[in-house]
Amino acid sequence: MTAQPTDIATYNFAYLDEQTKRMIRRAILKGIAIPGYQVPFASREMPMPYGWGTGGVQVTASIIGPDDVLKVIDQGADDTTNAVSIRAFFKKVANVAVTTQTAKATIIQTRHRIPEHPLGAGQVLVYQVPIPEPLRFLEPRETETRKMHALEEYGLMHVKLYEDIARHGRIATTYAYPVKVEGRYVMDPSPTPKFDNPKMHRSPALQLFGAGREKRIYALPPFTEVVSLDFEDHPFEVQTFDQPCALCAAENVYLDEVILDDHGGHMFVCSDTDHCEKRREEGHRGHLAPETHLAPEKMEPTQ
Amino acid sequence: MDIATQAIEGGFADPVFDAQTVFRAVMDAMARPGTLQPLPVFARPPTPLSATAGAIALALCDNDTPLWLDPVLQAPAAVKSWLGFHTGAPLANTPADAHFALIAAPAEMMALDGFSQGTQDYPDRSTTLILQVGDLVSGAPLLLEGPGIERTATIAPAQMPRHFVEQWKQNNQRFPRGVDIVLATPDGVTCLPRTTRIKTMEA
Repeated sequence: MTAQPTDIATYNFAYLDEQTKRMIRRAILKGIAIPGYQVPFASREMPMPYGWGTGGVQVTASIIGPDDVLKVIDQGADDTTNAVSIRAFFKKVANVAVTTQTAKATIIQTRHRIPEHPLGAGQVLVYQVPIPEPLRFLEPRETETRKMHALEEYGLMHVKLYEDIARHGRIATTYAYPVKVEGRYVMDPSPTPKFDNPKMHRSPALQLFGAGREKRIYALPPFTEVVSLDFEDHPFEVQTFDQPCALCAAENVYLDEVILDDHGGHMFVCSDTDHCEKRREEGHRGHLAPETHLAPEKMEPTQ
Repeated sequence: MDIATQAIEGGFADPVFDAQTVFRAVMDAMARPGTLQPLPVFARPPTPLSATAGAIALALCDNDTPLWLDPVLQAPAAVKSWLGFHTGAPLANTPADAHFALIAAPAEMMALDGFSQGTQDYPDRSTTLILQVGDLVSGAPLLLEGPGIERTATIAPAQMPRHFVEQWKQNNQRFPRGVDIVLATPDGVTCLPRTTRIKTMEA
């Protein structure tokens, strides 16, 4: 089959060799069977540096088939460097269809966001994870954190959240907010804003997490209980925004602050670019939405 | 057909894409326990190894994964040499050493706790059992719940191990240790990961 002239003749389909794929596939199956447990795997060097999504890329490369439709987002955006280059990578090495539309994708590889459009059954969300161990900044020794997971000893994490309250009057963790999976493993949801944590709970989509440098894979099967850690008197809350998206007027979505000039002008826009574009196509307009594609001459500085 | 030919014929026609299709079916089945993920015939292993079980072995096993065969599969030399030729997987000396176990006669199989259960530190170091069953409708009905199942799911796999419901309850209690089961039927694949709970229906 190597004799066939194709565009990807120099690489195996999806870049990785078959033995590597089998090894990663076995780790994915174990991850699904033990939700929230970090399965060690023999992470490979990829043609991109660690920290650029090598874990997610290896997971995607191991599950992707010729019929899949791939979407890649970086902080919600389809058009930033990381997203564009990973999408181009898979277009080249796997020759798969790519999309920016959440609903059309079968595999969505993400860096630090969950799309606003609800995910459906049959979709797979692949997270790029920098540090998979939620206890790592509390206990640097792997031997100790492994024991803590084995013994379900998560008191330290609650102490950390309590110290937040003692110092700031509230739980100040805003991203990589720890969750408990099916009442057993405490898991790092990757550095997604805590705004996205509720979307993980009983999601109909399969969620896979790949950490390339740290060599761990973990997973959440669909319809899995994912509870953000909190206290009775300090319940878990997501971020709220006091204004809608400046371009598409969407409320109850996660917004990014965009600096407009050097006089303090700024605006808040959807971090999910596909969601924002779709809403504008549907005719929703925010207070800073341009009438044409030209940038408006004068921006009102907001306070 | 002599044993040498039997050992060489009947592998994946298109190894890269067939392995991916089989894996995705197993992954979807593991993520949604109790659903049947259909699989066309990709492999033609020597009897009594079934086409589905053989295809799963080809997709997941290699020289890193010691394999255990039940007595029915141990007996014919053709099965061992077919698996050896196509996967390179060594045979495990004991069930507790196996990463994967292929079981052609689940009704006669040894107890689930005889296989590797993993450790509390590394619960992933457990045996994945691939059971060949005739169908998912003619056995005792099992009502399933747990991660991957929206409310409940029901399957009635034929020829299941003795005292399966009781054995599975013990398997649940060992969590996060425990074995995962892949049911290979002629039409496809269904999984019972260690998180799936069986609610007894007779009561």
